[in-house]
Amino acid sequence: MIDRETVEHVAHLARLKVTDEEISRFTGQLSQILEHMEKMKALDVNHVPPTFHVLEEMVNVMRGDTRREPLSQEDALNMAPDPAPPYFRVPKVIELGVDQ
Amino acid sequence: MGVYEAVIGLEVHAELNTDTKIFCGCPTRFGQEPNTQVCPVCLGLPGVLPVLNQAALHKALKAALALNCHINQWSRFDRKNYFYPDLPKNYQISQYDLPLAEHGYLEIEIDGKKKRVGIKRVHLEEDAGKLLHEDTGGTRDRFSMVDYNRTGVPLIEIVSEPDIRSPEEAKEYLENLKTILQYIDVSDCKMEEGSLRCDANISLRPAGSKTYGTRTELKNLNSFRAVYRALAFEIKRQSEVLDSGGAVEQETLAWDDARGVTVKLRGKEEAHDYRYFPEPDLTPLQITEEILSGIKEGMPELPQQRKDRYMRELGLSAYDATVLTRSKTLSDFLDDACRLGAEPKAAANWLMGDIMRILNAEDKGIEDTPLSPGHLVEMLSLIDDGVISGKIAKTVLEEMLFTGKTPNVIVREKGLLQISDASALRTVVEQVVKDNPKVVDDYRSGKEKALGFLVGQVMKHTKGKANPQMVNSILKEVLDG
Amino acid sequence: MSLCDLTVHEVLDLIKSGEVSAKEVRESVLARIEKVESRVCSYITMTPELDSDGAFHGLPLALKDNICTRGVRTTCGSRILEHFVPPYDATVVTRLKAQGIGIVGKTNMDEFAMGSSCENSAFFPTRNPWDLDRVPGGSSGGSAAAVAAGEAMWALGSDTGGSVRQPASFCGVVGLKPTYGRVSRYGLVAFASSLDQIGPITRDVLDSAILLSVIAGHDPLDSTSAPVPVPDYVQDVRRDVKGLKVGLVREYLGQGTEDGVRSCILKAVEVLTDLGAHVEEVSLPHTAYALDAYYLIAPAEASSNLARYDGVKYGYRAEGAVGLLDMYQRTRREGFGEEVKRRIMLGTYALSSGYYDAYYLRAQKVRTLIRMDFQKAFSEYDVLLGPTAPTVAFRAGERTSDPLSMYLSDVCTIPINLAGIPAVSIPCGFSGGLPVGLQIIGKPFSEAIILRAAYAFESSTDHHKNRPALTGEGGEA
Repeated sequence: MIDRETVEHVAHLARLKVTDEEISRFTGQLSQILEHMEKMKALDVNHVPPTFHVLEEMVNVMRGDTRREPLSQEDALNMAPDPAPPYFRVPKVIELGVDQ
Repeated sequence: MGVYEAVIGLEVHAELNTDTKIFCGCPTRFGQEPNTQVCPVCLGLPGVLPVLNQAALHKALKAALALNCHINQWSRFDRKNYFYPDLPKNYQISQYDLPLAEHGYLEIEIDGKKKRVGIKRVHLEEDAGKLLHEDTGGTRDRFSMVDYNRTGVPLIEIVSEPDIRSPEEAKEYLENLKTILQYIDVSDCKMEEGSLRCDANISLRPAGSKTYGTRTELKNLNSFRAVYRALAFEIKRQSEVLDSGGAVEQETLAWDDARGVTVKLRGKEEAHDYRYFPEPDLTPLQITEEILSGIKEGMPELPQQRKDRYMRELGLSAYDATVLTRSKTLSDFLDDACRLGAEPKAAANWLMGDIMRILNAEDKGIEDTPLSPGHLVEMLSLIDDGVISGKIAKTVLEEMLFTGKTPNVIVREKGLLQISDASALRTVVEQVVKDNPKVVDDYRSGKEKALGFLVGQVMKHTKGKANPQMVNSILKEVLDG
Repeated sequence: MSLCDLTVHEVLDLIKSGEVSAKEVRESVLARIEKVESRVCSYITMTPELDSDGAFHGLPLALKDNICTRGVRTTCGSRILEHFVPPYDATVVTRLKAQGIGIVGKTNMDEFAMGSSCENSAFFPTRNPWDLDRVPGGSSGGSAAAVAAGEAMWALGSDTGGSVRQPASFCGVVGLKPTYGRVSRYGLVAFASSLDQIGPITRDVLDSAILLSVIAGHDPLDSTSAPVPVPDYVQDVRRDVKGLKVGLVREYLGQGTEDGVRSCILKAVEVLTDLGAHVEEVSLPHTAYALDAYYLIAPAEASSNLARYDGVKYGYRAEGAVGLLDMYQRTRREGFGEEVKRRIMLGTYALSSGYYDAYYLRAQKVRTLIRMDFQKAFSEYDVLLGPTAPTVAFRAGERTSDPLSMYLSDVCTIPINLAGIPAVSIPCGFSGGLPVGLQIIGKPFSEAIILRAAYAFESSTDHHKNRPALTGEGGEA
């Protein structure tokens, strides 16, 4: 159903560090869940439109181009685990192809 | 060496000049103190929701219409999922399979020949923040800094078809695109501030071939000149690879402007997996005829239309009309001056000549100077009325550009009034005749040229302010009489 | 009975007549918390400085800890937000405050509302006041337990797949999931954006109508908030149900439904029939596919919604990481619990290249079929009936090792979220000494009708008047 390699790839996409033991566990559990979904896959839905929004009649919800007070820099940075005012700070990007 | 044809496509991102961000009420001002234009929504705090800024949608539609696009009746936002610190939610609200608009074109002109470059799609999305990671020693060796002020500024992405065949065409396409976006007032298009950004992709194929070669993607193109140079470099590089029997590698390259070369940005890429899906927090967009007709009504004259008008109504040459309409502010200035009574050709000549020379030297736009169309009109009528000479007018103009004073004030303050007082001029002429007996003899013995010298001497004595016609006639009177 | 065991409307009457003061009620609630909280464990954070102004005199409300409160930490039951203090109030909180409703504390929940037992809280499990060895249900387990135990007069929870109704059912209280778009989601920490809805948890139906009136209505900060007028739920609730057409959903009483639950539901049908309603069996044929669709759609949206917890802007950041990728991976590994990771994995997979059509898109199409089932049924019936959960509260630890069995406890509630329609769970009896919930389901924006049916049922039964022995009023459990 789903193999270890796929589980590892998905964990990478989701930026979750997983141990070998967790890969095994997730592989088993996700396989079991996906197996349960086989029934749904048998259903003929070719001509059925998807429901992305249940409130079908609601379209073009917008606001005017009017300003609201931003947060103060202090309030914004206060929440951060490692701020370096006036910036937020992150460990340097050292890996290649980080946005995959 | 083979003969290759370049196949180029451009992807342009333009920030829309709305007052507030696309999904929240934060201001969009450039150059503010870091992390002061942010709120719970654009910082992606837990629990917040986006609400679309109507002005952003309308400006995006205006751009799509100006680019001759088909506007999709139904459109929606999708989430593009990827992790990066400049993206607070780790997804970007963008558009995927139902963009706002598709199938447009932009007209360019190379060596008098017109050509259409196809526009594949125009879509609306949110901008990311800024990640600063220059090495300046100290902690920056281990850390990158993030400023979220730009996060959520509305962006349109304009993707061209691979219809561009040369760096010249690419530059022309960008120039025209920028001009259009400025004319319709949707973007400031300042590349130096990042409000206009461009990526390019380029491949080569044997001339006459219909298939595409392997392409490279070019990033870090920070000016039109950089786009031009990077494409020219890449054409040469890829030609050499192909000539030597090699194969072009599909890769992303960065333009190194200082060294004038493209460099590998990252290795062979994993396939992107952005896991797009429809944004559940925003409703679908239904672009009705009513919305579109409202936008069409507010559509100003586009550069091409203005250029045609200048040639047709003002009698300007194609070249002059092109140069003048390239800048909206400059041609707005011309239109205003004409409306105030300026003779179009004279005004155009001054704009194209001295005014543009000075602006270029100062690296300014006309909007950055205190010069007003009214002042130009005033100056032109001073010339017409013989109050100042064309030569003096150049001095007046320079003063106007830098101080914003009116021509009349400048003429008065600097004493630049043309001398048309016959008796005053006669005194000067008589003095010049007396001081130059040899030249006067030459003239009288038939050397017509000598007269010119004497006129010049009179002008010198009057610091250029003497009325040249009067000097001529008085001189002849004195000498011949 | 103590004051804290009364309903809000009863207490309001007493305050109005001058028999008790609001202060006495608030103190009664605080005294109950003092007495039972160490055993029930409803709250993550206490905020006992109650506001006494406004129409509701500061009557204490328990707020699920995924609803943002300015200046008060909002953890979502997660390590990753353990110390997160929002700089803003959720729209529902603004509305509560405007009406003088006091927030007594932030309640425990399954981490990021993912779970059906409150055992997925990163901090501690909440216990069922009716039997401390059993779960209170989830994910709004803390809110339901608090209301059942008299630790709050009323509460708000959030319902993505049954998270208000199922714990209400397990704890013997009333839980309402409004129509999608009825109550603003602004400030509700998103789990699955197209399914999430905030709803009241109260001791009876009238209180539910009162609280819904406070929180319902359009909010310009939520694009999916419907501009539909809010009726007077409190007035509407008292109208009778003569001639009401009721469909009993056959599939909700099928395999997996305990006998004790089934018999309570069938008795409830008799009660409603006696009240003049016409009850018939109805089939929702795609019910069997709802669970699958839900466990693709909800995790897919969650995988995206939870991407923002990355140790950069707020929340937890792992120590000692080398480089950005390592920081992301460690932060999320250490900050998220097992179930949250499992759902992020599942959702990421369902959206990933090559699987989108087979899983995510297909699930959204199945969702259409489920909606059509309801539309068809509602062309014939005013409301639909069924159990809220197929079982009564299960034992703590019983299902934690088997995710699928845990997911199955939401089979009767999930289809309602997929269809975006309202449903209320009300006490309708006991099985083995544990409460059973009756679920009444309505058309979009027909909260007034389902509350009316619920009120009619409640008015002719006494199930809602029972209080768990734990509260000390009927002897220690």
